Amino acid sequence: MLRILSTYGNLLLTAMGQTLLLALCGLFFACILGLIVGLMSVVKNRVCNVIAALFVDLIRGVPMIVLAYFVYFGMPYLFNTILQIGGVMLTALQAGTICLALNCGAYMAEIIRAGIESVDRGQMEAARSLGMPYWRAMQRVVLPQAIRTMIPSIINQFIITLKDTSILSVIGFPELVNTAKNVVANTFMSFQTWAIVAVMYLVVITLLSRVARNMERRLKRGHEQG
Amino acid sequence: MAMNRDNVKIHVEHLKKSFGKLEVLKDVSTDVYEGEVVVIIGPSGSGKSTFLRCMNRLEDITGGTVVVDGYDITDKKVNINTVRENVGMVFQHFNLFNNMNVLRNLTLAPVDLKKAGREEAQARAVALLERVGLSDKALAFPAQLSGGQKQRVAIARALAMNPDIMLFDEPTSALDPEMVGEVLEVMKELAREGMTMIIVTHEMGFAREVADRVLFMDGGYIVEEGTPEEVFNHPRHARTRDFLNKVL
Repeated sequence: MLRILSTYGNLLLTAMGQTLLLALCGLFFACILGLIVGLMSVVKNRVCNVIAALFVDLIRGVPMIVLAYFVYFGMPYLFNTILQIGGVMLTALQAGTICLALNCGAYMAEIIRAGIESVDRGQMEAARSLGMPYWRAMQRVVLPQAIRTMIPSIINQFIITLKDTSILSVIGFPELVNTAKNVVANTFMSFQTWAIVAVMYLVVITLLSRVARNMERRLKRGHEQG
Repeated sequence: MAMNRDNVKIHVEHLKKSFGKLEVLKDVSTDVYEGEVVVIIGPSGSGKSTFLRCMNRLEDITGGTVVVDGYDITDKKVNINTVRENVGMVFQHFNLFNNMNVLRNLTLAPVDLKKAGREEAQARAVALLERVGLSDKALAFPAQLSGGQKQRVAIARALAMNPDIMLFDEPTSALDPEMVGEVLEVMKELAREGMTMIIVTHEMGFAREVADRVLFMDGGYIVEEGTPEEVFNHPRHARTRDFLNKVL
């Protein structure tokens, strides 16, 4: 165990950094995508509703590992070999970010939709009755209330996405699991290596959950006085 | 009190409203004059709330014409938001913005829609709160108020836009009995000042006292209308008599 730590400790820490980088990139775009698709599913417009529903169904219905292979190997093959447009090369980080953004974005969209729908319809009606346009009312009245109820689910989704980065080891991104595999290949010490990796995930995720719980508590306190 | 027969504020002609296959308003026509207080009564499911909600197009209108302040709101080209700025609405369940304190509830729309600067809107909000007897609640959040207080804030919020028409959708139906009086008192005051008001309510005593005209609705039609004296004391239709017998 100690030998692994002294020899490969830095490597594993760097890999953890890569995992966090990938998760951050993915989450950033997932938030944007989730907000757009989530709003598309609540507006009074059939076309938007259908597009949003199809997107969510599609992503939820495909395992992320398939999505990863498809984006990393399938898309360049489509553009370069089948369509012969050429020039499409994705780095593992780019492909991984796209996968996480699509996957997490779909779940975020559902969380955002549910959050908005949990706000009483009367809130929107009251704002509209005063002459406020739909989007202004959404932004000033509905979303601030919806976000409060969404926070726990969003944090939960963040944690799931962080763990899902391990799936992207299959496209060769040097995140923690992929790096650990190499360490095991070199040392054959699989028990020690995987134990270290497990603890590393555990520590990071527990810390994040702690922060999340504090944030949630602070938001709840805010809600009681308002 | 100061009804002006020369100025029609709301003109409704052959209004129809369906929810899918369910026809809630079948054919409703009436005119509301400036300064008039119209009270709508009727059994539940008669379409009175839906009728009221068509006056500011919170419900899409299926057929007919509704002209508010000279704007035909059934015309898609008319900017409904501009019309709504002059038509205040008070809801059965208050619908105060839960994420804001009372003061912000009153200033949000006027400031956001550039009807007033922040300072001006705040000064007006403070004056309105005083008028509804809630000066001390400016910084309270809706969750800290009683039902009666919430509804008085809701009235003040609608008035903050300086509307010339006010719609009330069963404003006292969700209140504990001891709080009904304080809300009705604010509404009476408003009526005395000459506000044009359309009120859906089950408070028959209040209707008798403040209404210039009472509409009795049933089955998607206005069955009978007249002064409170006419409708309450000498109802002409069997259905009106039947309803009044049950509620009086």
